[in-house]
Amino acid sequence: MARLNTPAMLKINDLTVGYGAITAVKGLTLEVREGEIVSLIGSNGAGKSTTLRTVSGLLKPKSGNIEFLGEKIDGIAGHEIVAKGICHSPEGRRIFPKMTVDENLDLGAYLRKDAAAVKETRDHVLQLFPRLQERINQKAGTMSGGEQQMLAVGRALMGNPKLLILDEPSMGLAPVLVDLIFETIEEIRKSGVTILLVEQNALAALRIADYAYVLESGHLKLEGDGSKLADDPAIAQAYLGG
Amino acid sequence: MSNTAPAHTAVSGNRKWAIGFTSVVAFFFILNKFILPEAGSGVQKFFNAWFSLTSMAEIMIWIIMALGLNIIVGYAGLLDLGYVAFWALGGYVAGWLMSPFFSGLNINFFGNPRPGLEFGIHFHVFLVLILGGVFTAIWGVIIGGPTLRLKSDYLALVTLGFGEIIPQFMLNGADIAGYNVTNGAQGIGGLDDVNLFGYVIGTFALPEKFLMVSLMAGAMIFFSIRLRDGRLGRAWLAIREDELAASMMGVPLWRTKFASYAIGAVGGGIGGVGFAILVGGVYADRFNFVISIIILAMVVMGGMGNVWGVVVGAVTLAWINSVGLIQVGELVNNSFGTNINFPSYQFLLFGLLLVLMMLFRREGFIPEARIRMVMNEDKVDEEVSDETKIASK
Repeated sequence: MARLNTPAMLKINDLTVGYGAITAVKGLTLEVREGEIVSLIGSNGAGKSTTLRTVSGLLKPKSGNIEFLGEKIDGIAGHEIVAKGICHSPEGRRIFPKMTVDENLDLGAYLRKDAAAVKETRDHVLQLFPRLQERINQKAGTMSGGEQQMLAVGRALMGNPKLLILDEPSMGLAPVLVDLIFETIEEIRKSGVTILLVEQNALAALRIADYAYVLESGHLKLEGDGSKLADDPAIAQAYLGG
Repeated sequence: MSNTAPAHTAVSGNRKWAIGFTSVVAFFFILNKFILPEAGSGVQKFFNAWFSLTSMAEIMIWIIMALGLNIIVGYAGLLDLGYVAFWALGGYVAGWLMSPFFSGLNINFFGNPRPGLEFGIHFHVFLVLILGGVFTAIWGVIIGGPTLRLKSDYLALVTLGFGEIIPQFMLNGADIAGYNVTNGAQGIGGLDDVNLFGYVIGTFALPEKFLMVSLMAGAMIFFSIRLRDGRLGRAWLAIREDELAASMMGVPLWRTKFASYAIGAVGGGIGGVGFAILVGGVYADRFNFVISIIILAMVVMGGMGNVWGVVVGAVTLAWINSVGLIQVGELVNNSFGTNINFPSYQFLLFGLLLVLMMLFRREGFIPEARIRMVMNEDKVDEEVSDETKIASK
């Protein structure tokens, strides 16, 4: 697939982020356009999650800036970023294990006041993941990994995001569930949500992406249309284990 | 959002407990007001020994305190080791605003000064309760503001510090730049009698005082439940479970923690006012570190986060501390001809109880449904989301 010709939604310019003395991301520049699926791939420690966490306001950049819909968002608090329309389904799912599925979904809509609109989103999420409807009153921590992942994505959708950030949605899942998750991601995009996806399952991530960025030790190594990168033998060798 | 069956049963569970609480309060009030004065001396002796009204009234104060701390520790998961500071602050608000202590002033706002002691500040008890709550909330903000950004262990240490500083200030506050602020170790005595719509609760009207603090405890229970089930309560639980994930859901971390600290402090302030009225004064040397730990133990042993569990924890520990240990000790000594001074082993037994609880029932007497589930993960399948089942056991 190729890059869409829509206006930019998220722009990261020359971003540098670190933890104390360690710099995890160095001079990263990337762009997510409206309606796109953009994948960020790279090996462990390449700086993918760090980038996402910075976008979500959980980390502060050392330099560079992040723009969302033309507005500078770096350095503002996490909950304000959610309010602007960026929802994050974190790595490792991080659902609230002691709460029910229902309560988890409610929390996803924490900042939304319009009950009718929330109800609509909720119906949409439950339609997307019928399994969650079956488990609606179950404690989230007692569900299988795949169900928890559905909940993590569903919970992020409850915030009615313009941009949905998915960090390793297929991690630790059985292959059949991985396929299901990727199908759902495409479905979510069709419903009008832009998606920034981080994956270790690089091939699948490239296949569904309109555009992709490849990170290596915090640097931008390569970028290009998803399908093109997927067919690139150099990429295959370096990242796809082939 | 969705109104499912468990939510409904949780409500009826609450009702059951509320009826139980009200019945116990009514029983002790009627007993002490109408029955005991007429009863034989044997009956009188029994109740005064095992369920003295003074200690029953103090138990109500402990309930208020424990529920206040439960908002901070149980709901939001922030460790506070200095909660006694709020008790002290609330107590001094009562001491300042409804006694002849500030003898240079002469303010009476619907107050009820004792004859001949009209100088000082005399506010109506409702106003004092409100101001006590507001004052401690402000101190909660002052303490919480800079410290809530700390990670939990450091927060615990800072609160420990404030728990020492504030009572020490009260103890040494007889001469602050020439002003007598707290009357030092002597404390402030001779608080006004409470005047409720023309009905005066006299200094020795114990049944009425008991009823008054019981109503306050009841109100605290009500607000604790409402808070927990509300939006803020949900946000606290989310922070307690996973701060990072809560932030990703849009929960403003600092503001939400801050709210728990300030609202929890209000419980301490109101309880402090109630206690001061109960004993007719406020005395700095009562506010020591052990109080903070006992309140914390009530919360933890009762079942962190579970309102009724915390109530049970507060009643149990407060009763053991006030009369239980003495009476059981006498019973043992009389039965076996021993001569053991049980109250002197209070903290030994207290420590032992804590160790046993942590070994065998870490989740508390009546655990919160969520905690219970995690503690018994193998039995999770039968678990339905309600506290009712546990409550009705």
